[in-house]
Amino acid sequence: MPLRLRRALSVFWSFFKIGAFTFGGGYAMIPLIQKETVEKKHWITDDDILEIIAIAESTPGPIAINSATFVGFRVAGVPGAMCATLGVVLPSFAMILAISYVLREFENIAAVQYAFNGIRAGVLALILKALWSMYKQCPKSPVSYVIMATALVLTAFLKMNVLLVIVLCALFGLITSLLAERRQKQ
Amino acid sequence: MILLELFWTFFKIGAFTFGGGYAMLPLIQAEVVAHQWMSDAELVNFVAVSESTPGPFAVNIATYVGSEVGGVLGSVCATLGVVLPSFLIILLVATCFEKFRRNRIVKGCMSGLKPAVIGMIGAALLSVAGTVFVSQGFSTALFSDPLTYVSLGIFLLAAVLAFKKKHPIFIICLAAILGVATGYLFA
Repeated sequence: MPLRLRRALSVFWSFFKIGAFTFGGGYAMIPLIQKETVEKKHWITDDDILEIIAIAESTPGPIAINSATFVGFRVAGVPGAMCATLGVVLPSFAMILAISYVLREFENIAAVQYAFNGIRAGVLALILKALWSMYKQCPKSPVSYVIMATALVLTAFLKMNVLLVIVLCALFGLITSLLAERRQKQ
Repeated sequence: MILLELFWTFFKIGAFTFGGGYAMLPLIQAEVVAHQWMSDAELVNFVAVSESTPGPFAVNIATYVGSEVGGVLGSVCATLGVVLPSFLIILLVATCFEKFRRNRIVKGCMSGLKPAVIGMIGAALLSVAGTVFVSQGFSTALFSDPLTYVSLGIFLLAAVLAFKKKHPIFIICLAAILGVATGYLFA
């Protein structure tokens, strides 16, 4: 087997394991990726991991997919990127597919409905916690407070199309940062 | 053509979500509920299922909605759709990373996107609160319904545990047990 193919298969298996053991997704995956690809396989370095986080944050899509594609590409080119992404997706795909059949069978049972009544209240708390963590990480400035409030009002109360809100906020951020840059130069 | 519609809807979700995780919730909510593929309450139920199974939320929900709407083929189309944008963009970025990171335009857009995501998660939070507390519509009956106070109690307890950094799966299991117990108590 040629070296590149063997590496691509090895990438698939590593990311399959990462995909199967990351609960909650996103940043929870970074330590696993670091252990598997830096410490065990020596494919990439710790600096690369920081690079991956920076990229994942500034490109669309789930962090798990972003980082798998990036590491796979670094290790074995385009076939590596494909293997890594397939590997990270496959475990959750298979499991959810199975669950979707089970859930349909059980969702009409009273106990299950009661359980989900409680679970929904719990999920509300989890979202609140996630919102708080993201708020803490976000750079604070008058401009960003204005964007936060505007995005909230446009989506929650004026029911504006979410895609439009995203595009408008990106444009607004672009314009204000370019203006600030110009002011600094003068 | 339902398969194409699944693919395209989740392609849009994949292409326009920044920050991962719950950042996707507002967009998924808008698309999935608008298509009537899932109700608001079902979506919140699934957030819990996704937290308790491995893998990213976006992939999980794509697989689930795809399977519900279009069977196995539907789940393949939806998952492919949600993965493809980031896969293609990362391949592009990986070849010219330094240029990308220093790019003023990318930086500028990100400075607007980060707070926007927070505002939109705030909106999702309000809507989820709606499904938890006022699912039967807003009326004074709400205040005499013991289940309103049960939900409030579970929410407050879960919030304390979440801010104490307890594991989400633990919180979900506890909420489920309390839900079953109080459900039989008041039914």
